[in-house]
Amino acid sequence: MHIDQVLTQFPKTPDRLIEILLAVQARHPQNYLPEDDLRKIAHYLDIPESRVCGVVSFYTFFSTVPRGRHVIQVCENIPCHVNGAASIITTLAEMLGVKPGETTEDGQFTLETASCLGCCDEPPVMRINQKIYHHLTLDKIKAIISEYKEVSS
Amino acid sequence: MITMPLLTRRFGKIKPTSIKDYMAHEGYEAFKKALLMDRIEVIEEIEQSRIRGRGGAGFPAHIKLIALAKEKATPKYVICNADEGEPGNFKDRHLMEHDPHAVIEGMLIAAYATRATHGVIYIRGEYQHAMDLMRQAVEAAYQENLLGDNILGQGITFDIEVRSGAGSYVCGEEFALLESLEGKAGRTRVKPPFPTEKGLFGKPTLINNVETFANYPVIIDMTGAAYAKIGTPSSTGTKLISLSGNVKNKGVYEVPFGVPIRTIINELGGGVEKGRQLKMVQLGGACGPIIPEYMLDMIVDFDRFEEFESKTGAGAIIVIDDRYDFFELLHNISHFFAHESCGKCIPCREGNLQLIKTIEKFMNRKATEKDLSALESQARVMHYTSLCGLGQTAPTAIISMLYFFRGVFLQRIEDSQMEVSS
Repeated sequence: MHIDQVLTQFPKTPDRLIEILLAVQARHPQNYLPEDDLRKIAHYLDIPESRVCGVVSFYTFFSTVPRGRHVIQVCENIPCHVNGAASIITTLAEMLGVKPGETTEDGQFTLETASCLGCCDEPPVMRINQKIYHHLTLDKIKAIISEYKEVSS
Repeated sequence: MITMPLLTRRFGKIKPTSIKDYMAHEGYEAFKKALLMDRIEVIEEIEQSRIRGRGGAGFPAHIKLIALAKEKATPKYVICNADEGEPGNFKDRHLMEHDPHAVIEGMLIAAYATRATHGVIYIRGEYQHAMDLMRQAVEAAYQENLLGDNILGQGITFDIEVRSGAGSYVCGEEFALLESLEGKAGRTRVKPPFPTEKGLFGKPTLINNVETFANYPVIIDMTGAAYAKIGTPSSTGTKLISLSGNVKNKGVYEVPFGVPIRTIINELGGGVEKGRQLKMVQLGGACGPIIPEYMLDMIVDFDRFEEFESKTGAGAIIVIDDRYDFFELLHNISHFFAHESCGKCIPCREGNLQLIKTIEKFMNRKATEKDLSALESQARVMHYTSLCGLGQTAPTAIISMLYFFRGVFLQRIEDSQMEVSS
């Protein structure tokens, strides 16, 4: 969807900025907000570009660098940590050949660590795009990742 | 039975998205009862219940309601804080996913009592499923004329909009939440004025936690006096407990205030997994104290929690077994707060980074007596001088560990000296 089509869904009031950013980023295949999009949003809401950038850099959900088609976020807070989150992160990093914060060369996956996803009753937990995966085991993450690879290819 | 299902009584019994199901289980009856009462009577009922806010700080709920009711400026806002980002807390998610209409009904009762016309449910972006369900529930409430104009023909107007966060823990703080709703970075404001005076867009605003709103229909239904008999003198009603960590049966449990933490862990949680030893328990979440096994007879009670000078009252209990190192956990917690600090005030922005550096010395067995006193003073300065709850409570885990487990720090200093000399 073209950015203009996204923008017209929202009222032209600055309080909508975060929702607009979420919607604009979600439609981008590389899950990020290019500079040009930020400029258009600032123009649409009639606010300074600096304000848009300030908001983008503040919230964890937003990225100004291209990310993978699938963004994997693994919770690393205490309730998941004491249930094996660290080995989940290490295994995913090995499987994908990237460190947390990096994107695979084929542009399919970005691996990130995340603050609590609020699923501490079913740890360890990760989120891929919008979907939450619970009770992760090493076998389970292998199956999940290969599923995403198949869908992508 | 230890559990007492008031807020959870419909969990699993109704289809969360079905307003018909909700209504078949006394849903919206409390709101209809409230409509037959004077506005002030509704607030008096809540005052008599002596309910305290369920977001963590335990502030008496009726004081905020009275403050909002007294304000003359319009429009008035009622905001549901569903930015449940505190690690170890997931009870608000369960409430929204199992019984979303209870939250809407609570907001309606508060709106009627205070003459508020605008409602917002601010849900953290991570809770996509809860957000979808809440949006469906709000839509259904509009169709039944429980939201919108001339609600149930009573001439009342109240609208609710569900808004998403974008991955920021600090937005659970009242003013940061308001800033976020105004489309800005979630950086807190200096108070006073409080939100009930100048809140969203400078207008009078009531902000309550999800669980607090879900309690209002219960109170109106059973009367404040009956509600006040549940729990303890200082903390009435039930509490949703988020039980997690190294415990067999993790989950949300609803218990009356006054139940010992040990009972929750052993009888509801089934004890520590795989026969391991319980080493410590963190209460409230990352911002809460870490306590040793011998403190577990402590009861769930706001006044007891306040002794830790932290927002422990949200009701998380994180059990940690003997496999984990104290300093590794403190490092994890400080790393979390350093990431989530908004950067507005110096004690929090710089303090968290300093805490990490000092804890790393203990982790790497390079700590001295000087580092111990530095850690103590850094933690205290942050607690007393930070602008909002984040910076004030970020060092709680450290302060509590220095109190309960001082020997562990001294031992590590001794180990460090041995390593230097060997």
